[in-house]
Amino acid sequence: MTQSATGPATTEASGPAVELRAVHKWYGGFHALRGVDLTVARGERIVICGPSGSGKSTLIRCINQLERHQAGAVTVNGREATADPKALQAIRRAAGMVFQSFNLFPHLTVLQNCTLAPVQTGLATRAEADALAMSYLERVRIAEQALKHPAQLSGGQQQRVAIARALCMRPSIMLFDEPTSALDPEMVKEVLDTMIALASDGMTMLAVTHEMGFARRVADRVIFMDEGQIVESAPPGEFFEHPRHARTQAFLGQLLH
Amino acid sequence: MTDAAVLPPRPAARSTRLVRGLFGSPLNVLLTLLVAWAVWSLAAPLLRWAVFDAVVLPANPAACRDVSGACWSFVAAKSGQILFGIYPIEERWRPMLVCAVLLALLGWSLRPAAWRPSLAIVWVVALPGVLMLMFGGFGGLSFVATTMWGGLPVTLILTVTAIGGAFPLAMLLALGRRSWLPAIRTLCVLFIELTRALPLLSILFIASIMLPLLLPEALLPDKFFRALIALLLFAAAYLAEVIRGGLQAMPRGQYEAAEALGLGYWRTQRHVILPQAIAIVIPSLTSTIIVMIKNTSLVMVVGLFDLISSGRAALADPEWSSPALETYAFIAAIYFALCFGFGRFAQALESRSKDSS
Ligand SMILES: Nc1ncnc2c1ncn2[C@@H]1O[C@H](COP(=O)(O)OP(=O)(O)O)[C@@H](O)[C@H]1O
Ligand SMILES: [Mg+2]
Repeated sequence: MTQSATGPATTEASGPAVELRAVHKWYGGFHALRGVDLTVARGERIVICGPSGSGKSTLIRCINQLERHQAGAVTVNGREATADPKALQAIRRAAGMVFQSFNLFPHLTVLQNCTLAPVQTGLATRAEADALAMSYLERVRIAEQALKHPAQLSGGQQQRVAIARALCMRPSIMLFDEPTSALDPEMVKEVLDTMIALASDGMTMLAVTHEMGFARRVADRVIFMDEGQIVESAPPGEFFEHPRHARTQAFLGQLLH
Repeated sequence: MTDAAVLPPRPAARSTRLVRGLFGSPLNVLLTLLVAWAVWSLAAPLLRWAVFDAVVLPANPAACRDVSGACWSFVAAKSGQILFGIYPIEERWRPMLVCAVLLALLGWSLRPAAWRPSLAIVWVVALPGVLMLMFGGFGGLSFVATTMWGGLPVTLILTVTAIGGAFPLAMLLALGRRSWLPAIRTLCVLFIELTRALPLLSILFIASIMLPLLLPEALLPDKFFRALIALLLFAAAYLAEVIRGGLQAMPRGQYEAAEALGLGYWRTQRHVILPQAIAIVIPSLTSTIIVMIKNTSLVMVVGLFDLISSGRAALADPEWSSPALETYAFIAAIYFALCFGFGRFAQALESRSKDSS
């Protein structure tokens, strides 16, 4: 809970962090989300898994509105996502996002990657942003690389920078979309360790990942998605030991073999 | 002993490689001799004409009478007229100052250390200042109409203003062509495609001959500025397409990352997309800009005196035996310096952006 002291979330600390009500999303004629309901409490850590194409990315991208839903309601930090640019701005500020392919800005240094958005959105002066960025880079243990460009770093280092970059906007919620899937096996651990540290600071987290060790250790709830729907949602112990749905059982069976 | 086996083979010395390249095989020997002969048979007469048999001083018509080489005396005598056209001689310090200021500012602006927002302000102040000095008509300076302007200052003002103005316009057009607003997209496509479909000459003629028929006198800008705007719009259409090529190469993840960080459209373009997109297309931007520098010489067809036309005017002097080759060589050297200088600058810029990614 130490995190909430630095985040902007404290003002609306009462309601849930994220609330999805009957959310539908179509890509053209393709029904990618079919009525998703999900409530994420503050400080809750959620791991989302499911087969490829089941709508996990779409779900997480609807939360920060990189994809607009067409029916239902998405509420983040008590703010409903509407066409209003102010609401959109508030939601994007509240929710930081880490991508599978890092998406760092290659023409900027590590430090500039971290300070661009805080300075440009008026969140901090340049000096404040520099100090903040260095402290977060310290936290993901990469401060000594601050003046390098992303291309000079390994994949694991780049992903840690991407986490620091998102944290520099002082989000109260962090969204991860398969953050370790693009990494070589020996780099997965350093990124997961960073995420575990973040979780132990009390950050609200939604992570799409198939790292089941991480899910067991960190998640309050594991969600299984299939064909655009949440099929099962349970604490990790129950989820892994006694999956109720046949589709979950089949999926977990595949993961283990 | 085993160490030697794992060391990479050392590259041969440069001189060894050179000798091997030139004389390594019978064919190489033959080619080397052929090329050497060709170079010599071209360079020797040229050198004889341009240097050994040439005359530079005294700068009067008599000096060139019995000379078989180049008559640089003419260029020396007429350099003022070639460089500054028919601008009144007693006021010539004004175009001289204008050229000096523009060249100094250009040189200054090419250094990466100078690239801050204040540089744009310097230019925005300098350009009207330069124009005011050319015009005069205040503070005791006599008024000189644009019809009297000529030579290097015209070329420089046209180049700097047309390309300097075209570049930001081109960025907007390139972004507009990819806009999700149909009206903006259509407008940009129409402008770009229409402008590219017309030859520059016809655009210049439209600006100088057709516009006066269509617009009332009071609304009509000076011929010089009509040509300037025509050049600017023409360059913008071409630069926009080059920049759009860079925009198309940008991965979607860059937009998404910026969006997720809460950067709006313009900040995303300004800080994330355009710097990368433009860096990708520096080579084709450079070619386009160099073509546009040389295109400014086409304004002579609408009666403006750029470097080439003022050179031609100087050649009309009956006292001299019209040494056209020398005059055009002199003008070519100036264009070469401008374009080559810009090319080198672009090269430095490119290696700089490669270093950082
Ligand atoms: N931008 C898009 N346009 C069209 N279809 C899409 C788009 N993004 C995702 N989809 C489709 O929506 C479905 C869900 O995709 P996604 O949410 O990425 O799945 P997951 O992350 O679980 O693999 C997939 O069938 C995918 O092909
Ligand atoms: Mg996905």
